[in-house]
Amino acid sequence: MDAFTTLTGLVAPLDRLNVDTDQIIPKQFLKTIKRTGLREGLFYDWRRLKDGSQDPAFFLNQPRYHNATILLARDNFGCGSSREHAPWALLDQGFRCVLAPSFADIFYNNCFQNGILPVVLTGPQIQALFEGVTAHEGYQRTVDLAAQQVTTPDGATYHFEIDPFRKDCLFRGLDAIGLTLQQAGQITEYEQRRRTQAPWLFQDVR
Amino acid sequence: MAAQTLFEKIWNDHVVRAEPDGTTLLYIDRHLVHEVTSPQAFEGLTVAGRTPRRPGAALAVPDHNVPTTDRRVAIADPISAKQIQTLDDNCKTFGITMFGMNDIRQGVVHVIGPEQGFTLPGMTIVCGDSHTSTHGAFGALAFGIGTSEVEHVLATQCLVQKRPKTMEVRVDGHLSPRCSAKDVILAIIGKIGTAGGTGYVIEYTGSAIRALSMEGRMTLCNMSIEGGARAGMVAPDETTFAYIKGRPMAPKGALWDQAVTAWRHLVTDPDAKYDAVVELQAETIAPQVTWGTSPGMVTGVDGNVPDPRTMGDDKLRQATERAIEYMALMPGMPIRDIKIDKVFIGSCTNSRIEDLRLAASFAKGKKVASTVHAMVVPGSGLVKQQAEQEGLDRIFKESGFEWREAGCSMCLAMNADVLQPGERCASTSNWNFEGRQGAGGRTHLVSPAMAVAAAVEGHFVDIRHWS
Repeated sequence: MDAFTTLTGLVAPLDRLNVDTDQIIPKQFLKTIKRTGLREGLFYDWRRLKDGSQDPAFFLNQPRYHNATILLARDNFGCGSSREHAPWALLDQGFRCVLAPSFADIFYNNCFQNGILPVVLTGPQIQALFEGVTAHEGYQRTVDLAAQQVTTPDGATYHFEIDPFRKDCLFRGLDAIGLTLQQAGQITEYEQRRRTQAPWLFQDVR
Repeated sequence: MAAQTLFEKIWNDHVVRAEPDGTTLLYIDRHLVHEVTSPQAFEGLTVAGRTPRRPGAALAVPDHNVPTTDRRVAIADPISAKQIQTLDDNCKTFGITMFGMNDIRQGVVHVIGPEQGFTLPGMTIVCGDSHTSTHGAFGALAFGIGTSEVEHVLATQCLVQKRPKTMEVRVDGHLSPRCSAKDVILAIIGKIGTAGGTGYVIEYTGSAIRALSMEGRMTLCNMSIEGGARAGMVAPDETTFAYIKGRPMAPKGALWDQAVTAWRHLVTDPDAKYDAVVELQAETIAPQVTWGTSPGMVTGVDGNVPDPRTMGDDKLRQATERAIEYMALMPGMPIRDIKIDKVFIGSCTNSRIEDLRLAASFAKGKKVASTVHAMVVPGSGLVKQQAEQEGLDRIFKESGFEWREAGCSMCLAMNADVLQPGERCASTSNWNFEGRQGAGGRTHLVSPAMAVAAAVEGHFVDIRHWS
């Protein structure tokens, strides 16, 4: 996983509530056995008009957002199915950060596993960013994970909260499984203790 | 010891290590695996040279992609076939038990776990699927995870977690005749909203919950995630123990007695406190129908599609307008005037034997409307077999329903069971997003009884007053 330290990038706005993972990446793209190449499926149905042609009104089809790396979103972003294909597709498109007033739990968690920083800001802060990005082409922001700040070119800053452990893993690009495997001794001790308390939990599935 | 909720007891039993900041290494007892969210996890293990810590704690099954038509012929879609083959290969390589597509025990992952006695009270259970919350019906802590965490659990049998908050959803009283667990959970989602449970584990309590069968409790807990909660649970009781006893993977003999003794402690202590409490009265719950493109866009069958013009909040009004437009409805129109094209009875929410018995009891002697195409997809091969032994398949077929093989089917339409653009479906499934059952398709979530009545009449009817 790539580390996330500081990102300065173009912001792209997706002005809808409750964006679900079925919209982020529809079912037909879940048949892959790979993590890569999912950009084609990102917002597949929303990108298209009924006749199958590209919808010029959809934000990702507008040239001004083509190189965006920061996605600006509304409440409950990433609700629905647990598919990690959603962050994989966002990453494949080039997004490394999502700003929203709230996220669905599973999606939020999946972002951290893939080097994407989900940032929770307040409703008014998000609204101000929507107004800014709509008004100004080439609207860039800097997201500083160490300082837990989103800053504007003129120096205005928004502070955000993040779990310290998640922050550290993302900042250093750590292998989460490798970290847990360092606790193998304690896992074994737990299993031994638990096996005497509740032996039925350790019957193998057959 | 301080008074504890059911959730806290299970959580504390599974802490391997807790950091001062609350970050917890949580032990996972059981892991369900399916073909869609696992290939990249197995690939990750292979690339890193890792092996599963406890392959015997996992159970795999293909369900999302499988055809529900004749299984003796090869899968028509080569990409689906490859994904299913990949699961088969991975399970052989890593020593994980798998119920293959032609195994009678195959079925929807959240149907087969309870059916086999794989799901037990007090366990932590995960699966790369949002509806893992289903297993909480047994008094287990069960939640959906992404593929990276599937790999994490395979490699370590643990997950790094922060402790969620607790919410009690209390439903007291008696449900109206013909109202079911599906109506209860849809009404709860209507009350708390699709993000109301975010960050919480829900415990369902109250006399109306206690009165539910295990299968009703599974329907209830299944859709906790539609309310934003990763997990929902019901404390185990005699109903739970009676359901589990004798199932193939359940403990036997002295081990059974020891387990039941331990399970009886899995209740919330009288003085324990939840972080939030929501209360509903069962008598007030009408049969529910979703009208929009989010599970919280729901009302009673005696209600109307809302009118966005009456909504003060801009974002809510826009979302409502967009949903009504996508669903091709009129603001204010009665739910009963909505005509449907398709009916899907199935999914991890409503495809168990009780669902099929109930659906068949309403279908008996009736005919599916000539304008409607209706199908029944049992939750597992064993559910299908049981239903056929009881003659339910004949009732459905005589009424004009198609009778299919087990799988996820049109709940998410990854196989050939897909809505065409513009088609409108009364579905017993769980998510109703735009295009969920097929691009351009329109989904209305209902109970099995409501689905049958809609199939017969061609539009929604109030099952409480249907002859």
